[in-house]
Amino acid sequence: MDNSLIDYTLHLADTTLILSQRNSEWCGHGPILEQDIAITNISLDLLGQSRNFYQYAALLLNDGSTEDSLAYLRTEREFKNLLLAEQQNGDWGQTILRQYFFSQFQLLLFQQLQQSSDEQLAAIATKASKETTYHVRWSSEWVIRLGDGTNESQQRMLHAIDELWRYTGELFEAAEYETAMGIDLAAIKQTWTEKVTAVFDEAKLPVPQNVFMQTGGKQGVHTEQLGYILTELQYLQRTYPGAKW
Amino acid sequence: MNNEQLHIDTAATEQKIWSILSTVVDPEVPVLTVIDLGIVRDVKIHDDHLEVIITPTYTGCPAMDMIAMNIKLALAEQGYKQVKVVSVLSPAWTTDWMTETGKEKLKQYGIAPPNPKQQVCSDQLFASNEAVQCPHCNSYHTHRISEFGSTACKALYQCDDCKEPFDYFKCH
Repeated sequence: MDNSLIDYTLHLADTTLILSQRNSEWCGHGPILEQDIAITNISLDLLGQSRNFYQYAALLLNDGSTEDSLAYLRTEREFKNLLLAEQQNGDWGQTILRQYFFSQFQLLLFQQLQQSSDEQLAAIATKASKETTYHVRWSSEWVIRLGDGTNESQQRMLHAIDELWRYTGELFEAAEYETAMGIDLAAIKQTWTEKVTAVFDEAKLPVPQNVFMQTGGKQGVHTEQLGYILTELQYLQRTYPGAKW
Repeated sequence: MNNEQLHIDTAATEQKIWSILSTVVDPEVPVLTVIDLGIVRDVKIHDDHLEVIITPTYTGCPAMDMIAMNIKLALAEQGYKQVKVVSVLSPAWTTDWMTETGKEKLKQYGIAPPNPKQQVCSDQLFASNEAVQCPHCNSYHTHRISEFGSTACKALYQCDDCKEPFDYFKCH
């Protein structure tokens, strides 16, 4: 069995699950009703993607794993999600910026994955890139609105950049399983940087230079945030093993 | 039974299955059937069971599990007990597969039907000036309130003429 394919599929599944879980924390707390609905819709899209990836990983593993066991019964060190996905929501600006960095990356990645020789990954990417297009549009519009908004909103975006930029390096640092899968992260990095620079220019926000980049998520080495997320996410299955409804 | 007879029976069964499927509605938008939505891709008749192949609209659409269950229930009521509903992702569903009847029903229901896909599905910033027709007064003087609406497949709009807010089944 090809471990790279399994590891890579789990990496995609974990990242979408964790970001979905983070965004869902906004449910009922959004700044206005329409935007509360928007962020939870995005959360739902990501959860759908995540289920597709977990179902595929379970099929490949063929050891009795299910989408649920993979999401609920693996430990922190087994999760391969991007560090960016697990970072705290912070204020609305920070959530928006995290979403924008991620969606812009995901759209480019899915466009590349559509050409993958693995038919199932290609099918999931083709399907999901339609939704991701909306995520990019929505989040980039918000980055501009806040960056080029009031003094207060601009300060908050600058703070968000300070908090999150250090996790963007990992997006483009290939893990062994990504290299084995033939993912060309260098090409994605170039387009991503161009797109982000264009949006930041319009938002009157500076693109940081020479920042130390925090990495490790792809190999299961996480920031302190992930443990808290899993505690909440996995509580029910850990406390009442096998519970169903 | 000779082969020709078998063939006729199969064709008749298949037609019956499709007509049963055309009674199964989307739980979120109950004026649309699964046929109107274009999510039933194929029906296969096997010796001991039926296979219905569907494709999800949105990746995370929570209605899909319910739709699969409703398909099984509708077929069971007509005596088809052994049914397997299989979900396939490729080719990916698009609103272009929605039937014209479906679009007309949506409009009658007060939801603006999707515009053809090539017009608007892009990541261009503020590409929001899409002409969406108000399902109530037919005016094109409308504006988008939110890219995301009450379900994954809809956006929220308001008409500038009759002032009514309405859902738009967004292109996908």
